[in-house]
Amino acid sequence: MVARKILENLDFRIEEAEDGQKALEACQRRMPDAVLLDWNMPVKNGIEFLKDLRATPDGERPIVVFCTTEDDLAHIQEAISAGANEYIMKPFDSEIIQSKFSLAGLL
Amino acid sequence: MNVSDFEMISRLVKERSGLLLTEDKAYLMASRLNPVARRHDFKGFDELAKAVRLHGDEGLLRDVTDAMTTNESFFFRDAAPFDHFRDLILPHMLEHRSSQRSFRVWCAACSSGQEPYSLAMILKENEAHFAGWNIEILATDLSRAILFKAVEGAYSQFEVQRGLPIRLLIKYFKKDDDRWRIDESIRRMVTYRPFNLLDDPSSIGQCDVVFCRNVLIYFDLPTKSAVLDRIAGIMPPDGFLCLGGAETVLGVSNRVRVMPGLRGVYGLAEEGSGDLALAAG
Ligand SMILES: C[S@@+](CC[C@H](N)C(=O)[O-])C[C@H]1O[C@@H](n2cnc3c(N)ncnc32)[C@H](O)[C@@H]1O
Repeated sequence: MVARKILENLDFRIEEAEDGQKALEACQRRMPDAVLLDWNMPVKNGIEFLKDLRATPDGERPIVVFCTTEDDLAHIQEAISAGANEYIMKPFDSEIIQSKFSLAGLL
Repeated sequence: MNVSDFEMISRLVKERSGLLLTEDKAYLMASRLNPVARRHDFKGFDELAKAVRLHGDEGLLRDVTDAMTTNESFFFRDAAPFDHFRDLILPHMLEHRSSQRSFRVWCAACSSGQEPYSLAMILKENEAHFAGWNIEILATDLSRAILFKAVEGAYSQFEVQRGLPIRLLIKYFKKDDDRWRIDESIRRMVTYRPFNLLDDPSSIGQCDVVFCRNVLIYFDLPTKSAVLDRIAGIMPPDGFLCLGGAETVLGVSNRVRVMPGLRGVYGLAEEGSGDLALAAG
């Protein structure tokens, strides 16, 4: 994944979770600095994950960036109201990733 | 493409726009001019070159020049000049233009509109401070084709994801099929018209803020100097000029000076003290 490569180059240590529930548990064990998430994830989707994350102690802290094929205004608005910092619509290229990460304050 | 065709067209483009085409651009010339040849019903590049050599009509010469411009642009390009516009230039105008309650911004090589629309969004976000003010954003470019796109204000998903914060996308854009269309309230803040930077800008009128970004890099030194001097000529003594990240005024114009600590922002040199001010910057 392009995003993963770029983050690794920025010296982020990466952990992956296979569904929204496991991602939330991982965050509760150890709060990350940033979360990159898809809208469509098994068990708990991106928006449910984000709401739960923001309600977790210290869960306000991570910078959250959606990275998804959902590209209509309604989805984006919902993500931002739920507390996402940035939103990347697929398809994207590495320049978009760089631009969005710097807008989100990760660069 | 033979060398003499390349040289002849390079000369034409340089005369009409200032754009410098070095020999390594031959491939670029062929790929950009083939579509122009088709549009004008020529069989190919060679036939187009022949027509240009025989002083083809104005429309053809203009299309050839247009096709050789590089129009890459994105919203809030390089971030810093736009931060300076919001945090330094706007407060300055608020204070120093309060009696006439008006000022003018000129984007002198606006390409597809991302630069003037970025400035318009900043103004919109700060409109509470400027109630009752008359703020004009004039945006010009040499290329008429790119101005059409700017006026339309519709961008691809790639274009709206480069530099534009998501909050501004959802606030000021609507999705229209696979394009994102800028809101009418922003679009109507910008006036577009064609203008060639090689021409005398007195028809533009006095401008308090000039964005002339990422175009001087394509010019040779005498052209850069002349363009900067002419721009300086239509700025008030406390005007601001913003250039691109790879552009400088050092050794190019002594009518414009660096503003210490503000990357990419320049002011007018005081009469006779230009070099001194430059050395200090
Ligand atoms: C790379 S774009 C820069 C766009 C924008 N200012 C930015 O920084 O993103 C350069 C623009 O300069 C325009 N240009 C080139 N020669 C010009 C000239 N002589 N007069 C006016 N515009 C010119 C091109 O058409 C092109 O749109």
